[in-house]
Amino acid sequence: MKFPRSGIRIAAVAGALLLAVAATSSHAQGTIKLINVNELSGAGATVGTNFKNGADLAVADINAKGGILGQKVEISHYDTQSNAGTARAQVQKALDENPYAILGPNFSGLVKATAPLVKNAGIAQVMGGEAGELTQMGMPSLFRTSFGQQSSMPKIAKYIADDVKAKSVAVIWVNNDFGKGGRDAIVKDFGARGVKVVADISTESGQADFSADVQKIKQAKPDAVFIYLNEEESARILREIKRQALNVPLLGETTLLSQKVIDLAGDAATGVKGHVGLTTDANIPLVQDFRKRFVAKYNYVPDHNGLKGYIAVYMIKAGTEKIGKVDRKGLSDALHGLSINAKAEPGVLMDVSIDKNGDIDRESFLGEVVNGKQVITKTLPKLNP
Amino acid sequence: MLNLVISGLATGSIYALVAVGFTLLWQTSQTINFAQGEFVMLPAFVVLAAMHAGLPFPMAILVGLVACVFVLGILFQRVLVAPMLKHGVLPLAVATMALSILMRESVKEFYSAEAQPFPSLLPDATVDVLGIAVSLQSVGVLVASVIAVTALQVFINRTSIGAQMQATAQNPTVARILGVPVERMILITFVINAVLVVLASLLVTPIYLAKFSSGEILGMAAFIAAIVGGFNQVRGAIAGGLLLGVVDNFAAAYLSAQYRTAVPLFILIAVILFRPQGLFGRSEERAV
Amino acid sequence: MTPRARLIGIAAAACLVAILLFLPLGLNTYGLFILSMWAVMSIAAMGLNLTLGYAGQVSLAQGAFVGIGAYTAALLTINGYSLALAFAAAALLCFAVGWLLGYPALRVQHHYLAFVTLAFSTLAYLVFRNEEWLTKGIYGISGVPRPAALGIDLAKPLPFYYFCLAILAVVVVAVWWLVKSPWGRAFVAIRENPLRARSLGVNTSRYTLLAFAIGSGLGGIAGALYAPLVEFVDPSPFTLLLSLNLLMMVIVGGSGYFAGPLLGAIIAVLLPEWLRAIQSYYLILYALLVMAILMWSPTGILGIADAWLERRRSIARSRALAEKTPTLASGEDA
Repeated sequence: MKFPRSGIRIAAVAGALLLAVAATSSHAQGTIKLINVNELSGAGATVGTNFKNGADLAVADINAKGGILGQKVEISHYDTQSNAGTARAQVQKALDENPYAILGPNFSGLVKATAPLVKNAGIAQVMGGEAGELTQMGMPSLFRTSFGQQSSMPKIAKYIADDVKAKSVAVIWVNNDFGKGGRDAIVKDFGARGVKVVADISTESGQADFSADVQKIKQAKPDAVFIYLNEEESARILREIKRQALNVPLLGETTLLSQKVIDLAGDAATGVKGHVGLTTDANIPLVQDFRKRFVAKYNYVPDHNGLKGYIAVYMIKAGTEKIGKVDRKGLSDALHGLSINAKAEPGVLMDVSIDKNGDIDRESFLGEVVNGKQVITKTLPKLNP
Repeated sequence: MLNLVISGLATGSIYALVAVGFTLLWQTSQTINFAQGEFVMLPAFVVLAAMHAGLPFPMAILVGLVACVFVLGILFQRVLVAPMLKHGVLPLAVATMALSILMRESVKEFYSAEAQPFPSLLPDATVDVLGIAVSLQSVGVLVASVIAVTALQVFINRTSIGAQMQATAQNPTVARILGVPVERMILITFVINAVLVVLASLLVTPIYLAKFSSGEILGMAAFIAAIVGGFNQVRGAIAGGLLLGVVDNFAAAYLSAQYRTAVPLFILIAVILFRPQGLFGRSEERAV
Repeated sequence: MTPRARLIGIAAAACLVAILLFLPLGLNTYGLFILSMWAVMSIAAMGLNLTLGYAGQVSLAQGAFVGIGAYTAALLTINGYSLALAFAAAALLCFAVGWLLGYPALRVQHHYLAFVTLAFSTLAYLVFRNEEWLTKGIYGISGVPRPAALGIDLAKPLPFYYFCLAILAVVVVAVWWLVKSPWGRAFVAIRENPLRARSLGVNTSRYTLLAFAIGSGLGGIAGALYAPLVEFVDPSPFTLLLSLNLLMMVIVGGSGYFAGPLLGAIIAVLLPEWLRAIQSYYLILYALLVMAILMWSPTGILGIADAWLERRRSIARSRALAEKTPTLASGEDA
């Protein structure tokens, strides 16, 4: 019979907490309010933190130069905890505050869980998810900041088939929504190009020991290996491949050729080749300048998610300036079909065009690791120049 | 084959090292430490912070050791464990879950969310073992773990403090009557655990990298290793850890990579059903 | 219990119900979502409390049962089956799985249920993630509908909140009835003294198993409510972390107290939202608060309230006793 006895206490505590939830904040007039709902804790914390820092840097830069159309930009960050239920709650909370636009999330699953809410609110959502299907869901409010896997994977598949001339390939991927999405996209492209997938190996995020996986690759005797893992795991598998003396071309997409993987893997990264989408290693003055200022402010070298966060804010700026007024419902329309020139708007770092689905197109690179540095060997033009 | 065994043993010895501390805490004070993985994560960051402050690597290790023995050993036991111990296993276990969130989030907020490279005690080279190239770091981990655990066994079995610890573990009430300073023995166990996690941290971090979230996987692996080996035996935890490392590799190579993490769990269930005292444990000698 | 205390208790419960019923009218969509999520977690935690607080068994699989329930409901409703059927299927499936899981574990040794459920929890996650033909794998199932129930359209947040509240009310009443029934008393008897219960002819394994299976079934109901609430089901929320979180709710609220899980769910679901005002440090503060609560009162929040009331009552009792027995000599009935 404990319920009635302690009832008074429960009611008091419950009441206080419920009322606290009911309280909402208001914001000042004459500012542009952006809300970034991203993975700040849980499995995606590193990704989301990069995006957040990039976005913060962009907002500081814009405000230092007078804001967007003379209005100051204000940004808040809500944590999805890398969890769909929480992500939905936080996007709902963000929408209740009538923001100008939503940034994030970065995990494709969370984008899928939240995009319908943002669509109903009629404002733009500029996010970091890379799964191919995101822009095929009929969401006019959704915009990418990087290539979707449906556009990056064909490039690397073509390179492996035509330049590396591999007839058979081993695909090793991390079993989360990033890795699985990339794996599904490239396996499809390999099929279309007649490249045989002789080993299809799933790994766990945070996996430490890759000896069994490399052994499997060895047994399959592929002409090339495509590695699609997160940074730490990429470095570990490169070391393991070197240890087991596996001598085949190693190929990857953006992450595998990042400076962090090279630093972590040391010698083992030498000779790795691949396609590089968005990277702070690109030898472009604007990108290098961004990187320098990011490192000065946050004391570490950002990955491509830092770039995504930075560019996301500038895409919103460019869209708004195209309309010529601060119009939250009009932003999505303005962004569709918009081409942003880096000369006119240096904040986007590279020329970028946005299509009617919210996919983006920009130049990308083929690179190779030489002497502990990423070297760009070829610049790939836009898909639709 | 042999390759899988050797690299599995190297990974497994890390699990073993962490699992040993786990069982020690359970034996002497019924503490299920859900923050054990974070305990391994933290020392690396203390060392990194000390190096950041300008100390050379060996000095930074010393600072890390002293700080962690104080915080993860003495403070942990005195502030969190001692007051809660008499209220049963669960509230304390839940409090250590909260502690793990606290440690993870604090490192993320106050240090970095990025993985940090960590200097290795051993050169990055490979040695030839039975015709297989094995990385020197893996060998180092294995050797250091074996030495640490052997030293611990000698300490427990051959010294009078060890005997008193065993008495405390077997029956604190009787031990107290016999004049064993039970409280001090429990404290010593926590200090030993702190030393073990610092050692594990120094060995593992050059391979795993220092990252706020790395404790989650390690802690869970150690927990499972401890149960598989028998929750109440140091040598069981070692065997459990090594077994886990090897089985994981074999599962990935010959069964399903997608379900590799499931295989140790099937072993766990089988062990519980058919050998509930653990593969190498003895049956529980007192009511918990 | 005195009639006055009973009156206070009923009044407090009525206040709480009134708050839950009328507060939402002034809330925005986000507030409604969070309160609905609180109801979902409360149901799951009440199920765990039945296993843990009443039958004394640690289950680390409650999160997995919520997951099974969510997937069952999502797959059924997306294929056009009714919500009522989804609830029934989720509850029955989780009850059955709970029974099958607990049967061997409880036969061996009592506290090994914790380890078996720990393993089960991780296995369930792997199945959610890997069996793409059934669960759509890591991509998750999007567009889970909110079908009408009893002819009421649940698509809008407010009706759906009241729907969650109604399900919670049904569960509260059912669990209340169960706890007061001979079954419930048998659960408590087993927890308090298994040997004595056995000697009195209570089939302890059977009752413990029953408590675990019913608790798991409630996890399934919570999951069946989660799926239409979030309208998206993917594997990532149903890791071991959710099970540990639910365990935390029960312990922090007060395990073995009827209202403990409701309070624990407030701490776990609403407190972090409330702390978000301090930006990125909110999880640090949350962890500190949970530790502080447990150190202050290892029996949970309701343990504090209980101890406080107990102390007041004993003071009142001794005062009454002192008034009744004015002479120093007659202390034999104290």
